[in-house]
Amino acid sequence: MSEVTTVGRSVLARDSAHEPQDGNGSPASRLLHTEDAAAEPSFTDPRCDEFLLLNKLPSRAAHRTLRAWWEAQSWDFRAESGWDFERLVDGLAAFLGANASMGQGATLCTLEIRRGRDKSGNPEQFDLIFKPGDVVCLVGPTGAGKSRFLGDIECLAQGDTPTGRTVLIDGQPPAAESRFTGEGKIVAQITQNMNFVMDLPVAEFLKMHAESRALAAPESAMQRVLEAAIRMAGEPFGPETPLTQLSGGQSRALMIADAAFLSPKPVVLIDEIENAGVDRIRALEFFVDQGKIVLLSTHDPLLALSGARRLVIRHGAVQQVIEPTAQEIANRDRIAALDRKLARLRERIRLGERLDEPWAELVGETLP
Amino acid sequence: MKLVTFAGPPSSGKTAVLLKTLAHLQREGRKVGIVKFDCLASQDAERFRAAGIPALTGLSGNFCPDHYFITNIEDCAAWGRKQGLDLLVSESAGLCNRCAPHIRGHLAVCVLDHLAGVHTPRKIGPMLKTADVVLVTKGDIVSQAEREVFAFRVRQVNAKARLLFVNGITGQGSWEVSRLLDAAPDNAPLTGGKLRFSVPSAVCSYCLGETEIGEDHQHGTVRKIQIEEANHV
Repeated sequence: MSEVTTVGRSVLARDSAHEPQDGNGSPASRLLHTEDAAAEPSFTDPRCDEFLLLNKLPSRAAHRTLRAWWEAQSWDFRAESGWDFERLVDGLAAFLGANASMGQGATLCTLEIRRGRDKSGNPEQFDLIFKPGDVVCLVGPTGAGKSRFLGDIECLAQGDTPTGRTVLIDGQPPAAESRFTGEGKIVAQITQNMNFVMDLPVAEFLKMHAESRALAAPESAMQRVLEAAIRMAGEPFGPETPLTQLSGGQSRALMIADAAFLSPKPVVLIDEIENAGVDRIRALEFFVDQGKIVLLSTHDPLLALSGARRLVIRHGAVQQVIEPTAQEIANRDRIAALDRKLARLRERIRLGERLDEPWAELVGETLP
Repeated sequence: MKLVTFAGPPSSGKTAVLLKTLAHLQREGRKVGIVKFDCLASQDAERFRAAGIPALTGLSGNFCPDHYFITNIEDCAAWGRKQGLDLLVSESAGLCNRCAPHIRGHLAVCVLDHLAGVHTPRKIGPMLKTADVVLVTKGDIVSQAEREVFAFRVRQVNAKARLLFVNGITGQGSWEVSRLLDAAPDNAPLTGGKLRFSVPSAVCSYCLGETEIGEDHQHGTVRKIQIEEANHV
């Protein structure tokens, strides 16, 4: 019971350390919607038109302030529309303010994972530090604790998850704010189960994502994502292709390119990149070029040997940290050559060809 | 006792999220209970009881579900206190999206799911606008980009709430939610308190059981759709 109370209170304690307590005395009241009226937002911002249109409200016309516009509406409208002036002020302020809170991504220099304990409660052996551009692979059988490890990073564990690990950002524990809001999280996730559910052409979808980031040059950002995705996917697709018609490989490639170039999150967790029509090595390069920290749960030899480190996870703990040896790196290059050959065979099958030449011809002399 | 309102469209994952979240609090020795408000039928109470959580069900039947909620919540809170609960969660479906069961001074949670699409936050209304915490579920099956767009759209409607992603199946994110529920205001007054958003003002003949269509049958407060005339040249 006493431990419980400490956990509950520590959330709030860190909260109030960052922000002054409000007048209600209880730090928990920060959690609640405050009823204080927002300042009347600017009514000259062109996005006000978008807000009015979305809410099916009459147009801004020549009014310079929200109050003038509101008072110009008919009595019937003001009584029956479901709006009152305070609600309008809140609504418009939220709408205009959304960009400010979502725009910039968190930057970080180091991500540190302090050791916890394994499933039997024995201490883990390694503290780990990751830097932007690091690719780290996680290996281990199902149930070994890979998801727990990724989960600890996702929720920025502070010794309060079953593994007892502690995650530090730039050497500091994260502010409670970032632990208890989705936007404060530093992690983007790509898993095998993910799909696009939106029914939009690729370009419109990317535009929507770019808008939510309030980027200075959304058009060029979109272009970059599209080009990167096509380079990874092998099979080309265009800006007009509907998301729902992309092949498995194409949509995976688009997700990866989008996470690399458009997502503000500095850490990317990936649960296996399937072989199906995605240039996996190029995908990793995009993340590295963008300075992301990539944590990749994989058993693909090519990917596993491409990481700067691989963590062997067993019985709920990191049991071993392997850095590739010179021989492993040489072997990786050969595996990559093998992979390219397989890709060519795949391409020929796609084109309707037979693979019926003698083995040596089919795979070439240089096969290792 | 803490009272928390938990609202969201049907099948958005309210019950699944609550089962995972409350399990954390139960493990820590908290006594938690549920009152489920629904219109016609609900089997959720069984699921809560199976998890060792005392549960009440309130079916509004022929009554406006939001009026039904606000006229019964005090009795439910009294029931919760009698059970010796530390936390009572009032769970209700979004119903027509016109209203919100959120009460001033009590923690208000809105649950949405990613599969409903990125336009959903703009359609939900006060249930989302007046919430303190917004939980978005089913994020494991949509792309990271769609999750980010969804969060942005939620922000455009509610700038103040905490926004969290939760998975009702695996429980990912439910620990964080349990911390927020545990930090909810305790023993906030209910009687004499206020709803955050008013329930509908209209009382018309159809509210009183009229079923026939036609202008002769429309009495009371009636609102007409505005149809713009097409411009014929």
